[in-house]
Amino acid sequence: MTASTLDVPAPTGAVGEPVLEIENLSVDYGYVDDATHVLRDVSLTLHRGEVLGLAGESGCGKSTLAYAATRLLPPPGLITSGSVHFTDRDGRRTDVLRQSDAELRASRWRDTAIVFQGAMNSLNPVYRVGRQIADGILAHRPGMRRREAWDQAASLLEMVGINADRLRDFPHQLSGGMRQRVMIAMALALDPQVLIMDEPTTALDVVMQRQIVEEIADLRQRLGFSVVFITHDVSLLIEIADRIAIMYAGDIVEDAGAEEIYRRPRHPYSSALLHSFPPLRGERRELTGIPGAPPDMHRLPPGCPFAPRCAHAMDVCREVRPGLTATALGDRGAQEAARRVACHLHDPASAGAHGLPPDLSR
Amino acid sequence: MRFAVRRTIFYLITAWAAVTINFLIPRLMPGDPVTALMGRMQGRIDSNAEESIRVLFGLDTSSSIWQQYVDYWGLLLRGDLGLSFTFFPTPVAEIVQQALPWTIGLVGIATIIAFVLGTSIGVAIGWRRGTWADALLPITTFFSAVPYFWLGLIAITVFSVTLGWFPSSGSYDRGMVPAWSWEFVGSVIYYGFLPALTVVLSSIAGWILGMRNMVVTVSSEDYVTVAHAKGLPERTVMVGYAARNAILPQVSNFALSLGFVVGGTLIMEMVFSYQGIGYTLFQAVNTQDYPLMQGCFLVITLAVLGANIIADFVYAALDPRARQEG
Repeated sequence: MTASTLDVPAPTGAVGEPVLEIENLSVDYGYVDDATHVLRDVSLTLHRGEVLGLAGESGCGKSTLAYAATRLLPPPGLITSGSVHFTDRDGRRTDVLRQSDAELRASRWRDTAIVFQGAMNSLNPVYRVGRQIADGILAHRPGMRRREAWDQAASLLEMVGINADRLRDFPHQLSGGMRQRVMIAMALALDPQVLIMDEPTTALDVVMQRQIVEEIADLRQRLGFSVVFITHDVSLLIEIADRIAIMYAGDIVEDAGAEEIYRRPRHPYSSALLHSFPPLRGERRELTGIPGAPPDMHRLPPGCPFAPRCAHAMDVCREVRPGLTATALGDRGAQEAARRVACHLHDPASAGAHGLPPDLSR
Repeated sequence: MRFAVRRTIFYLITAWAAVTINFLIPRLMPGDPVTALMGRMQGRIDSNAEESIRVLFGLDTSSSIWQQYVDYWGLLLRGDLGLSFTFFPTPVAEIVQQALPWTIGLVGIATIIAFVLGTSIGVAIGWRRGTWADALLPITTFFSAVPYFWLGLIAITVFSVTLGWFPSSGSYDRGMVPAWSWEFVGSVIYYGFLPALTVVLSSIAGWILGMRNMVVTVSSEDYVTVAHAKGLPERTVMVGYAARNAILPQVSNFALSLGFVVGGTLIMEMVFSYQGIGYTLFQAVNTQDYPLMQGCFLVITLAVLGANIIADFVYAALDPRARQEG
């Protein structure tokens, strides 16, 4: 699993120039020969000002991708190949995976900030929230006085709709929604260009979920950062994301505009995933779910990992792993041409006689 | 503030219960200390004196148990714990007063050293788990697994008998007069070194293991990952986020072990013939010296309580969640 090709075409048609380019990233869990390959040559590009949704079932590698791209992967996770290029506002391009520890520490939070899954556990229980926001600021602004950092923390809290006198509260004195808002305020402390949100609303009730998502959308409008929004809730993604990448078993299987994926999924898995969630708005549709379970990453079958659960699986699917390529319907215009999908059904040579099933060619 | 008041009331009630039990237990025990004393003195005490000894010990049956209880409290509050049988007629309070500083000094300092050292080593090992440093664990665990008396005897054999580096027993050079002089303090340290070393050796594994495991657990908490993601210096993450939270259970354990400093070192003081409270208690039990036993138990109980109070307040200072009311 060595990555030598760096000229992976980035999906076009999105806003701005690339800010975070993940190329051929592979991650193993475990150090020995029988390590589990959790990410396999994943490439993904985030553009400036874009909200990129990352969706898929549990254990498909969404969070691993985010952790690996920020070098926060806990042991025994190991990045085996690939590169992650970050382009700052001046156009300087750096490979995050090859930064020294000091450079990495300096760039963290300033370039890419993260809002983690568990709002409940993301705050240190023994420090006041103000201190936790301030220490992140102070770590990157050595000359700054504590007082100034706290003042800045206060205005950050106001920005996410929390009264500034909550600065002196401990995390356990805040509700779940407030804690997640504090995390968002903290993430925006250094005006980062990329905000990675790993299931930021999963632990919250639907009302709070809605508020947080709207808050993020609003802040993005005002501050102009890019977002990688990780969730298994595809219908939520369609609301907030510009573009969606669907992951399955450590691979990206489809990468397209949010509206495109929602209305016209091209991969059988995307289609099945969409049918597993009730849409937030629009016409009702039948919920079907996906038969079977995600594969054991330790013993992946050859060929397409989704083949055993796929209604349209062909012989070739069980033998050859499909690559992320253009769809079979590329002649339908620029939007369609920009889409990428990893499925043999879109390869005219293998799909041949069958053609594309009607539910994937709308 | 309400937290402090509530805890204080709780501890006052506990102290009252402990003192009351300490009063009741000897009175529930079979046998009669006065008869036992008369027997031990083998006729050297005139049998006519039995009644006055009874009054002296507060065992005159004429007064009701309630009257005895009230008198007991009165004496206690004046610091009067009665007279020792063994060292008759030395007051128990005086014996305890002489023994206590030695135990607290030696074992207290040894326990603090073991805690500080063990916790620091635990942080370092836990933070870099899976490296060669983990090999330190089985070695220290070995010392805590072997019986303490054996460890003490081996230490005496090697360092006192064979090498002759340290004295094998006692707490200071008997040729000296106890005083606050450098010479005397030096002698106390010299005599205390070997006992202290064995106490540290036998208890440090618990601190290392406890702290290491907590650091490993806390290191995988989300807030530690957040601290890393914020780009905080590694030292800050290790000390301020990982160790700061991992130390909380250690504090409770430390308080408990401070309580045992007074009572739990019986074997050490026996092995090294160290004149502490444990040795005194040992003598009291051997000679059926009830007042002295009672005095020792009372001091031990109060020490455990006192250590718990300190731990409670330290814990509350360290963990805001523990301060929460209601």
